[in-house]
Amino acid sequence: MKAASREFWKIFLTASGTPLVVLAAAAVGATFSFTSCPDARAAEPIRWAADTESGAPLVFQDPKEPTKIIGFEREVIEGVARHLGRSATLVHNSWDGLIPGLSRGNYDVIINGLEITEERKREISFTDPYFVTFEQLAVRRDESTIGSLANCRGKKVGTLKFSLAQTMLEKFGGIEIVTYEAEPTAYEDLKNGRTDAVLLDAPLAIYNAKPNPALKLVGAPIGSVLYGIGLKKSDTELLAQMNGALAEMVKSGELRRIYDRYNLWNPLMAERFGDSREAALEPPTMYEYYLNSTNRERTITERLKLYVTFLPILAKGALTTLNISLVAMVLAVGLGLILALMRLYGPKPVAILSLIYIELIRGTPLLIQLFFIFYALPHVGIRLSPFVAAVLGLGLNYAAYEAENYRAGILGVAKAQSEAGLALGLSNRQTVRYIVIPQALRIVIPPITNDFISLLKDSSLVSVITMVELTKLYGQLASTYYDFLGIGLLVAMFYLLLGLPFVRLARYVENRLTPTEAKEQRIGLSKRLLGRALTSSLK
Amino acid sequence: MSIVSIRGLKKSFGEHEVLKGIDLDIEPGQLICFIGRSGCGKSTLLRTLNGLEVLDEGEIEIAGHSLSRKSKTDPLDDKFEKKAQALRKHCGMVFQDFRLFPHMSLLENVVLAQTVGQKIPRDEAIAKSEALLGKVGLQAHKDKMPLQLSGGQSQRGAIARALALSPAVMLYDEPTSALDPELVDEVLSVMKALDQEGMTQLAVTHEMRFARDASDYVVYMEEGSIVEIGAPDVLFSSPKDDRTRQFLRKFL
Ligand SMILES: Nc1ncnc2c1ncn2[C@@H]1O[C@H](COP(=O)(O)OP(=O)(O)OP(=O)(O)O)[C@@H](O)[C@H]1O
Ligand SMILES: [Mg+2]
Repeated sequence: MKAASREFWKIFLTASGTPLVVLAAAAVGATFSFTSCPDARAAEPIRWAADTESGAPLVFQDPKEPTKIIGFEREVIEGVARHLGRSATLVHNSWDGLIPGLSRGNYDVIINGLEITEERKREISFTDPYFVTFEQLAVRRDESTIGSLANCRGKKVGTLKFSLAQTMLEKFGGIEIVTYEAEPTAYEDLKNGRTDAVLLDAPLAIYNAKPNPALKLVGAPIGSVLYGIGLKKSDTELLAQMNGALAEMVKSGELRRIYDRYNLWNPLMAERFGDSREAALEPPTMYEYYLNSTNRERTITERLKLYVTFLPILAKGALTTLNISLVAMVLAVGLGLILALMRLYGPKPVAILSLIYIELIRGTPLLIQLFFIFYALPHVGIRLSPFVAAVLGLGLNYAAYEAENYRAGILGVAKAQSEAGLALGLSNRQTVRYIVIPQALRIVIPPITNDFISLLKDSSLVSVITMVELTKLYGQLASTYYDFLGIGLLVAMFYLLLGLPFVRLARYVENRLTPTEAKEQRIGLSKRLLGRALTSSLK
Repeated sequence: MSIVSIRGLKKSFGEHEVLKGIDLDIEPGQLICFIGRSGCGKSTLLRTLNGLEVLDEGEIEIAGHSLSRKSKTDPLDDKFEKKAQALRKHCGMVFQDFRLFPHMSLLENVVLAQTVGQKIPRDEAIAKSEALLGKVGLQAHKDKMPLQLSGGQSQRGAIARALALSPAVMLYDEPTSALDPELVDEVLSVMKALDQEGMTQLAVTHEMRFARDASDYVVYMEEGSIVEIGAPDVLFSSPKDDRTRQFLRKFL
């Protein structure tokens, strides 16, 4: 159909334009509002990044008040900021994204148990260490043969992936290493006898293994680990300021007091910071606060009460998830229709363009696309806020799938129907607009709803680009409370509740668009299946 | 003055020449029936007349609107589709399989082309549509969805929909072939009534009784050509051509 391509651009405007224009405008707005002026920085808060799922005692959720993020690193950076006459605001980011986010300018510094290594020093610069620790061996309480790394030869030792401890174990040799994503699972496996020991940074051992009645800490400190605040290499001025502030905090004893409250002071720090007083638990001790409020032996009622306190924060996360998904879906549905029309009715080059887009998007992982939009685009000057990046990433991805749904829908509206329209003297455009698209929409509603529900679930991926939504909250809460099962079920329920209204909505719309006779037939069938009495009692 | 005039009309699909040069003139108000074996090109002729198929060669003129091409290699200019659309506005078409739009009520089916295509105000279009539905005996069913209608009702609805254009000519492609035998007459009687009103109608049909009783002329086609044209009483009782006689033998 030649004439179809002539009418093509007009169809675009009639059929699909509006939501996209609004979205594009929003995206552009966000781009500009996000670029801040560097000169005014002195008065601005220091933006510091951490993975809020790192767990106690680094950066974690206040067990009594889950909306609050606490941890000794928060206190350190706030102390540093205070010395510089500035405030500090937290930017959430996943551990893997911390350094890319820094070079992208999402925040000014990283403070998140970042060990000072030669490798990292090539990419970013570090302040003087604010924390010194060592690797600590933990074993089961009844274990008596392991007292040092040497005893671990020929045994299974657990640790975190990509950690210094892992490197250490590899260098030591002769040990079977088992790596984990998060420390709770490493210690859980030790307790259950899947490993013989766990080697991790002392703070993790003190907060996770020491309070556990089934485990104990053994052996002398192994090695030494230095944590530094990470900055962009170009940020030499801020680096010097921060080193000054840290030195003052050491001298005034401010830093030491933080570590005493967290039960983290150790001989290595005593040596480095030249403070030989005995370690002491100084009130209000955060360590006891943490142990008391995360007591793992909770009764069912205590547990339920705890879950109730999570509801508001999870509801907020759910709202973010919903928000992202809805806007992304509007984008996907609009752009998808455009792509489908391009492919079906566009002139050849336009049709090929659409095809390339669809294949490119469908052939690459969504996660990569999100990383690309958020971390790669800034290199060409396009900086998007996390929300806009999340919406664009999901929307552009799902548009490719929606396009294929539409295409199938449009092709499913038989050629016969288009001919009937043309035979009535309607133009191609009018035929597409009034006859093909309305019928195609009806065909595509069920697959689009299904896609929306997968989009809701896929939106969990945007936690990697610093969005705090349901999945991110799950990680935070579960690692704070050691309750992956209960909180997991709770979060799953939220996802279900989010999806449910859309399933119903789709059914409703589908019913409205389906001719009554078909509906009557369906009712007739269910009557036969259920029996007359049951259906009439349902009415 | 003929209202439909066809000159040297040719059409092929690939190598297969389906219309091999058709010439025909039709006076206003006539009812013409096209008969012939399956595959002889009857549907293609009707579809080419209103531009649903693009002619290869020849000239068509319907109610002052023409489509023409010198040869198959003639590039189709942009104007062709516009011309075809203009022609279709004067040319109602009824398909064997009704083709009502399933997503709108019967009334909306009739209204659509008026409001969207001809920009007639909606209230006027509704009044006209209701009158047309009354004429084909469907006023009580106007709010039903197409799937709720019987075959005969659907086809009468499709005729009303085509009439909404106030066409100069009506084209029917086997309008009763998809119907149960007891529903055939309700459609044919609508066509007869239209004939009484002076509508020009071209119908491809296998209903020989209808062709004999109701038409002004019968056209017998074979392999893409017109073999014989005649008044029904003449053509059915004493066809001139052997091929016509052989074809009709099956029915008599
Ligand atoms: N779109 C098309 N592409 C290729 N060949 C076609 C096409 N339409 C029709 N034909 C062929 O053209 C020839 C004539 O078809 P047409 O439908 O006009 O026949 P008909 O006389 O209407 O037959 P019937 O009585 O079975 O409806 C047939 O051989 C058919 O296969
Ligand atoms: Mg036919």
